[in-house]
Amino acid sequence: MAYFLRRLGFYLVALWVAVTMNFLLPRMMPGDPIDAIIARSQGRLPPAAVNALRAQLGLSHDPLWQQYFTYLGNLVHGNLGISFDYYPATVTSMLGDSIFWTINLLGVALLISAGLGTLLGIAAAWRRGSFIDRFIPPLLVFIQSIPAFWVGLLLIYFIGLKLQWFPVFGAISIDTDPTDKNINYYMDVISHAVLPSLTLVLVSIGGWMVGMRNAMLNTLAEDHVVMAEAKGLPQRRIMYTYAARNAILPQVASFANALGFIIGGQFLIEYVFSYPGLGFLSIQAVFNEDYPLIEGIFLFIAVAVLVANFLADIAYALLDPRVRDERR
Amino acid sequence: MTVLDSVEIQPTNTSDMHPKKKAGFMRIPLPRSGAMRLGFGILAFFIVVALIGPLLVPGDPNTSTPFGNLPPSPQHLLGTTTIGQDIFRQLVDGTRLSLLIGFTCGLLTTLVAIIIGVTGGYFGGWIDEFLSMITNVFLVIPQLPLIIVLAALVPSGRGPGTVIIVITITGWAWGARVMRSITLTLRQRDYVQAARVGGESTFRLVFFEIVPNMGAIIATNFIFATISAILTEATLEFLGLSNLNQVSWGTMLYWAQNNDALLGGYWSWYVPPGVCIALLCTSLALINYGIDSIVNPRLRSIPTEKPAGLSGLVSRLPLLFPKKYARRMVQQHGE
Repeated sequence: MAYFLRRLGFYLVALWVAVTMNFLLPRMMPGDPIDAIIARSQGRLPPAAVNALRAQLGLSHDPLWQQYFTYLGNLVHGNLGISFDYYPATVTSMLGDSIFWTINLLGVALLISAGLGTLLGIAAAWRRGSFIDRFIPPLLVFIQSIPAFWVGLLLIYFIGLKLQWFPVFGAISIDTDPTDKNINYYMDVISHAVLPSLTLVLVSIGGWMVGMRNAMLNTLAEDHVVMAEAKGLPQRRIMYTYAARNAILPQVASFANALGFIIGGQFLIEYVFSYPGLGFLSIQAVFNEDYPLIEGIFLFIAVAVLVANFLADIAYALLDPRVRDERR
Repeated sequence: MTVLDSVEIQPTNTSDMHPKKKAGFMRIPLPRSGAMRLGFGILAFFIVVALIGPLLVPGDPNTSTPFGNLPPSPQHLLGTTTIGQDIFRQLVDGTRLSLLIGFTCGLLTTLVAIIIGVTGGYFGGWIDEFLSMITNVFLVIPQLPLIIVLAALVPSGRGPGTVIIVITITGWAWGARVMRSITLTLRQRDYVQAARVGGESTFRLVFFEIVPNMGAIIATNFIFATISAILTEATLEFLGLSNLNQVSWGTMLYWAQNNDALLGGYWSWYVPPGVCIALLCTSLALINYGIDSIVNPRLRSIPTEKPAGLSGLVSRLPLLFPKKYARRMVQQHGE
């Protein structure tokens, strides 16, 4: 229990840092973004909105601590401000539209890359020096050295435009009716998700495989595996039940790093495929200098990642009692 | 994880006698495995191009001509952009900025990581608690979204300096965590204890006894940081979050994307910059892979018998570890 409380405390601190950073960053920047925005909007923004923006970007004349508490109060009520570019839409409502697509893509890619990567890692460590051990890791090292967005560009060009196997733009076809959820709708959604998720899997699978291979090699050297071997247990049983089962624990722990990395890749991939998720939305917001939206998306993603990490920590502790008893 | 494992295996037996001469990775005769040799070769190539390339392809890479979107020809090796700039000249010229930003970020990131990690690990107590907390917070906050927020908020005139600062601020945490755990084990070593009892100052203990013995770890971390800096830099530039008048591989990709090079089929515009980034990062990754398997022999692929057929062919690819290298390591450890 003490372990859970400590982890919870840590994530609360991390949450506070993320929130405070989100508050302070625009206030630390020199210049007045509002002037640029007013000039760009060409009179579309009513004065009330300009004042609200000023307050939100720290350009009100209240003392800083007062602004901070106003900001925190707004957050508690789920008020992330108003989008500049889609005025008067609130940031919260804009997020709601995009989350579905991001989770859709991220979930599929994460499941495939973690599952397949772990299996490949087991195989590589088990048959050490074999083809799969010698050939695949360097290949994956190579793929990981390529910017994710560029892998996406190549797939768009060769598979999307040359071979025309899968669509390369958006999440659904323009002529598909999103309100009518029949089999055609789902087929359309899936075919649009193939290339973006393939890109994500390609750039992230290597980490899972190498991590599992190394953990597995360490486990294979342990006494209980040697013992299982000596007892003459079937190879398959040693491989999965004795070695892999123990070696998989660090994979759960490396979830934290993987998630941050894969979300970074996801942003760019959504952008090159114009896939209407959070990443696409936030990069559009950057182009439009829609600060409230950029900040809102960052905060939302930070919170989501923190929650996911907390869940991974709990899962890890449930799986491995040594973590719970750890005295530091 | 691999790095942490390597701590125990890292050879330190001579350290008690000559702690000063023990600068970890310097003792390793460097390009010994094929993978590392290939890595160093590619890296050297890019460094040479960055140094003298612009002299060989003189002229301003931003000069536009009326001849847009030409296909590759002897005159324009990689064709021209939509506004008639020579792509090959841009590619050569861009090497300089791409390498400069990448290595500067790698260096700065590693420095911050060493300072924070070693301080925490050495002093312990509340200093360690505090620094570890900050490190872990930075680890858990997703990097790229934070970078995008930072880069977007910085007002106009985003030069290479801004890109370097943004990448450094967001990229040091993983290294600091590794440095801290290494320091924790190193400060318990006998030679450090002896130096402390001998009355050495804290400064000397940290910078002359502990840090030089983290050589391999620092090198690995520097290379790792450089790889991710090069990729992040390309990403930021591709999104247009940098000074787009300066030519680098990332800004080339930005202009290619914004001129529909993909739809127009101008492959010679967007393929070469990506290939260069990939090759450069691969070379660094190969060097890292090599260092990793020198300090942590358990991770090496050791073929049990002479492989035949396809895998035999594969084993002779320079990407993989040659057997003679494995044998040499076995001999060494047998001594």
